[in-house]
Amino acid sequence: MGRFLVRRSFSALLTLFAVSVLTFGMFFVLPRDPVTGMCPKNCNPERLERVRQELGLSDPKVEQYLGYMKGIFLGRDLGSAQGGHCDAPCLGYSYVNNEPVSDTIARVLPVTVSIVVPAAILWLSLGIGLGMVSALRRGTWVDRAAIGFALTGASLQLYFVGGVLLLVFTYQWGMVPVPHYTPFFDNPVDWARGLVLAWVALALLFSAIYARLSRAQMLETLSEDFIRTARAKGVPRSQVYGRHALRAAITPLVTIAGLDIGAALGGTVITEITFGLQGLGRTAVGAVRSGDLPTIMATVLVAAFFIVTANLAVDLLYAAIDPRVRLGS
Amino acid sequence: MSRPGRQPGRQPGSPTPAPGTGEKSAGNAAGQSPAQLTWRRLRRDRTAVVSGITLVLLLVIALAAPVIEWLYGIGPHDQFQQALDRYGMPVGFGGGISDEHWFGLEPGLGRDIFIRMIDGMRTSVLIAFTAATITSALGVVAGVVAGYVGGLVDSAIGWLIDLALALPFLIFALAVVPTVSLRFYGPREAVPSGFQFAVLIGIFAVFGWAGTARLVRGQVVSLREREFVDAAKVSGAGLGHILFRELLPNLWAPILVSFSLAVPAYITAEAALSFLGIGILEPTPDLGRMIERSLGYLQTDPAYVFFPGITIFVVVFAFNLFGDALRDALDPRSTR
Repeated sequence: MGRFLVRRSFSALLTLFAVSVLTFGMFFVLPRDPVTGMCPKNCNPERLERVRQELGLSDPKVEQYLGYMKGIFLGRDLGSAQGGHCDAPCLGYSYVNNEPVSDTIARVLPVTVSIVVPAAILWLSLGIGLGMVSALRRGTWVDRAAIGFALTGASLQLYFVGGVLLLVFTYQWGMVPVPHYTPFFDNPVDWARGLVLAWVALALLFSAIYARLSRAQMLETLSEDFIRTARAKGVPRSQVYGRHALRAAITPLVTIAGLDIGAALGGTVITEITFGLQGLGRTAVGAVRSGDLPTIMATVLVAAFFIVTANLAVDLLYAAIDPRVRLGS
Repeated sequence: MSRPGRQPGRQPGSPTPAPGTGEKSAGNAAGQSPAQLTWRRLRRDRTAVVSGITLVLLLVIALAAPVIEWLYGIGPHDQFQQALDRYGMPVGFGGGISDEHWFGLEPGLGRDIFIRMIDGMRTSVLIAFTAATITSALGVVAGVVAGYVGGLVDSAIGWLIDLALALPFLIFALAVVPTVSLRFYGPREAVPSGFQFAVLIGIFAVFGWAGTARLVRGQVVSLREREFVDAAKVSGAGLGHILFRELLPNLWAPILVSFSLAVPAYITAEAALSFLGIGILEPTPDLGRMIERSLGYLQTDPAYVFFPGITIFVVVFAFNLFGDALRDALDPRSTR
């Protein structure tokens, strides 16, 4: 287990490193002049020149990269116009928002988390429940309805579903307010009412995928020998399905769920745009539109961090559950 | 590099038995080639027939867009301001539906929705098919090489696969597309639509090959030790021959399935990018951007939201249904 853990963590770190080099190269080297977009409208040449100097754009590229990375782990000193010293998770300074990028991230991350976590609970329970039921009732109308739901959900577009939900529940019936974010600890009821449409939209689409996966997984498990053995030795049906089969079928889903949640935490871009919620994804879109390089860079890094970490967590979790993984080649 | 948990569901096609070993599936199927067997099963599957016909119809409509334009007599850029009221909203039922404008008019610009949708379908189908072809080809080559050669090459490709899958697609695309455009065109220059197409397809290729590569690699690893490969080796076949003449024919089932499911995925992704304003830009018609525009009229002109929304759903749905049916038909273990 120890060796596996070390090897796996090392490869995750390597991936993160590669992502950071790639994004850094992409954003600070590729454009003709990275500064033009960073300076808001009608800015004078002096200011442009100062920005250029403070960013150290004339330094060698490797030095720029190392400086950026040092900022993330140790903090660094930025120019006076960038607010002087920037503490440890320093992701640079945004001239568009006039604040350190880490402040922006700290503000918008809770929004994305508040969208993803309840939505994930909803889509997992709905999806896996549907999949299990349809596998156990294979071939009946329940199964066909579940498959139909799954295929429909998998073909829907989030922005369209979101639009329809908004139209019906907010504008026509007025059941829920226009989506907005209230911090959970300020007012949990408001928090839920403001985000419920986003949860439902995400859950509709994702639960469809999970219903399909868990149905296939359950059917495969049910055809395995240990299930037949359990049935043959007289274990009650409910126990065979509920304990033996469910557990075996659900394990692979853990992997996929982990990855999906990791990816979603990196920014539910379309959801946030459709419902006008200012999370990581919408921040990234805004940053792209205003050419705010430090913020774009940070959002990509944060998203990649979530994906890589989820990947790692899932692999370790899997190794803990299934001894074949850590002992095998 | 093996990741057992990732295999089920995500990877279309059946894992173990190669399509050639499907003789036990149906008693009367003896003497049929796998392709014939698949065709027969597809024809018997009602879902496959209906979705297949729908698909062909949609593809014909999309590809014949210029002809339809000519028959319909209205171009995608023609404006009909006279049919709008003084607030720029289309007059009449369902956003100005009439025998002249079948799906009504866009609020504001007064362009015909029907013809813009047909053209938009053409845009997304062209991009999706090209991207799916390129990514499948890349993925197959990478997967076959990684799986068969093994060792350091396998580790390197495996790590590249991990890297490609670790990049947050939407956010990365969001950042890369404008940057690349800015590299070649100034901030105020118009970016030609051909360039937009190329950038989108390129981005899909960079991200999309990894899934296919992982799937193919897994298959090759399990086929590598089989007798027919040994036989080819013993009779002196070169590496290229073994990879592409011996192994590849055994892989076409999962490749076909992943291709058929990649097309709707790219249609969705293209629409999403255009929805975010970084895919296909004005004035080229595009479904994703149409919905993005229409959401602003959600309360005043809901028909404008529904036409493109439902169209894109139908296209993706038909592809998904057909891909699913194809998977069943190609699966040697399926009993249908």
